[in-house]
Amino acid sequence: MSALTKIAEGQTAITGIGQTAYTKESGRTVMSLCAEASMKAIEDAGLERGDIDGLISFTMDTNSDHDLQSAIGLPLVRWTAKAPFGGEGAYATFQLAAAAIESGQASNVLIFRAFNERSEARFGQPNFNPKAMPRDYHRSLGLVTPGQVYAMWHKPFLDARGMTSEDLGLLVVQMRAWAANNPDAWFYGRPITLEDHQRSRWIVKPVLRLYDFCQETDGGVAFVVSRLDQARAQGQNSGRPVVRVLGAQQAWPLGESMMYNYYKPNLTYAEDTEVVAKALWEQTGLSPAEIDVSTIYDNFSPSIPISYEGYGLCKRGEVRDAIRAGELGPGGSTPVNTNGGLIGEAYLHGLNNAAECVRQMRGTSANQIEDAKIALCAGRQCGMVLARE
Amino acid sequence: MQARRDQDFFWEGIDRGELLVQTCDACDTIRHPPQPRCAACGSDAWRAEPLSGEGTILAFLESVHPSRRDEEPRCVCLVELPEGIRMVSSLLDPENAANGAAVRFEITEYDGQKLPLVRTAGGGQ
Repeated sequence: MSALTKIAEGQTAITGIGQTAYTKESGRTVMSLCAEASMKAIEDAGLERGDIDGLISFTMDTNSDHDLQSAIGLPLVRWTAKAPFGGEGAYATFQLAAAAIESGQASNVLIFRAFNERSEARFGQPNFNPKAMPRDYHRSLGLVTPGQVYAMWHKPFLDARGMTSEDLGLLVVQMRAWAANNPDAWFYGRPITLEDHQRSRWIVKPVLRLYDFCQETDGGVAFVVSRLDQARAQGQNSGRPVVRVLGAQQAWPLGESMMYNYYKPNLTYAEDTEVVAKALWEQTGLSPAEIDVSTIYDNFSPSIPISYEGYGLCKRGEVRDAIRAGELGPGGSTPVNTNGGLIGEAYLHGLNNAAECVRQMRGTSANQIEDAKIALCAGRQCGMVLARE
Repeated sequence: MQARRDQDFFWEGIDRGELLVQTCDACDTIRHPPQPRCAACGSDAWRAEPLSGEGTILAFLESVHPSRRDEEPRCVCLVELPEGIRMVSSLLDPENAANGAAVRFEITEYDGQKLPLVRTAGGGQ
């Protein structure tokens, strides 16, 4: 097997971010949300629509590239792609955009994601009629919703770490504390206590209570990725920091699965995440200790400790101590999801967490980490490192 | 002709009362869930072999939230089989659920379908 190659050479930058309000009932079409976020991202990048020649999202987005092109009037698109899977593929979009730009296939790539996943097609609802479908190894045996499906492989990790629902509660309290201070967050102004978490109803016992779930969100978010030299020239003109994509990576070791992750050799750590992390440190020359702020893909609260260890933000086996010490929340040594994450802010399948990393690098987060210069945008099977310059 | 699905042998076995696993003809590696080829050696030649029907519980969940399609709360478990594979199943005696508990597969009709469910060794019948 060949060594992992440096796919992203750090010659790209995120020049624009855009987002809609995050609500539970937008009252608008999904495409209008997608178009609003996209136009805001292009404007934020200081570009014209004609500058955008590449489009990318990841699977499960219902907005087609062509429809978005028509909705916002992009004169010529010459590069498109879809990253694989749902949220676990979120940051692969930046890896692919960087590859397109560095190879000259595109100049400015627009990354987009939008849903009415509360008011229209609710995400995570059971949609399985056992009488209408062939028998299945998972659904027919009782794993129907994402909460059920994920909790089954969260459980061996939590058991191996000696973590209980109370530990997850201590973690969610930290996420909600960030969200409580973020005006864009659904849970703005609504921090919780451990008791609140422990009173929230069981959904999948003994792993997931209601407050361990991410949001169902109506909204959109978009980014523009551009050449680094262009971003630097623009930065010099505007005085705004340049947010460089230092590294971006996917990893899919055989046997790992996004959802039905029950068949890999070891259920007590995330090999896929460890491969992503190792590649990112090789690409960037950085180490976990040099990360100033992180976002971690948190469709469910147990995803955070699994990825936190996977990226080496603590040693394997020590995440429970970090959570109990409050290290992930306000005032902690490894701030995670300063927007409140998918649990506290919104569930745009991970891309709103990436937007928070950009704000942290620009110095514009509602929960700004002082002097933050390096941000880790972490998913389980993909991730990226951003740098402020 | 309708394409034969890779998993048909498994459910046909369940309907006959047999718990089967795909075994590679080229390298004898077993695999579950079924795949068209062996991930170990790449061969597409395979046979179905019976499993012992024994296992131990690696993890279990109680799905509390009632949902339209799964209204009865079920105790879902991940079972480690001595043959070296895992299967997802539901526990027939959830009051005995425990990590490490020995279980035995019982092909049982549930919701109008025959399924490979499990019962703990102490669960009797």
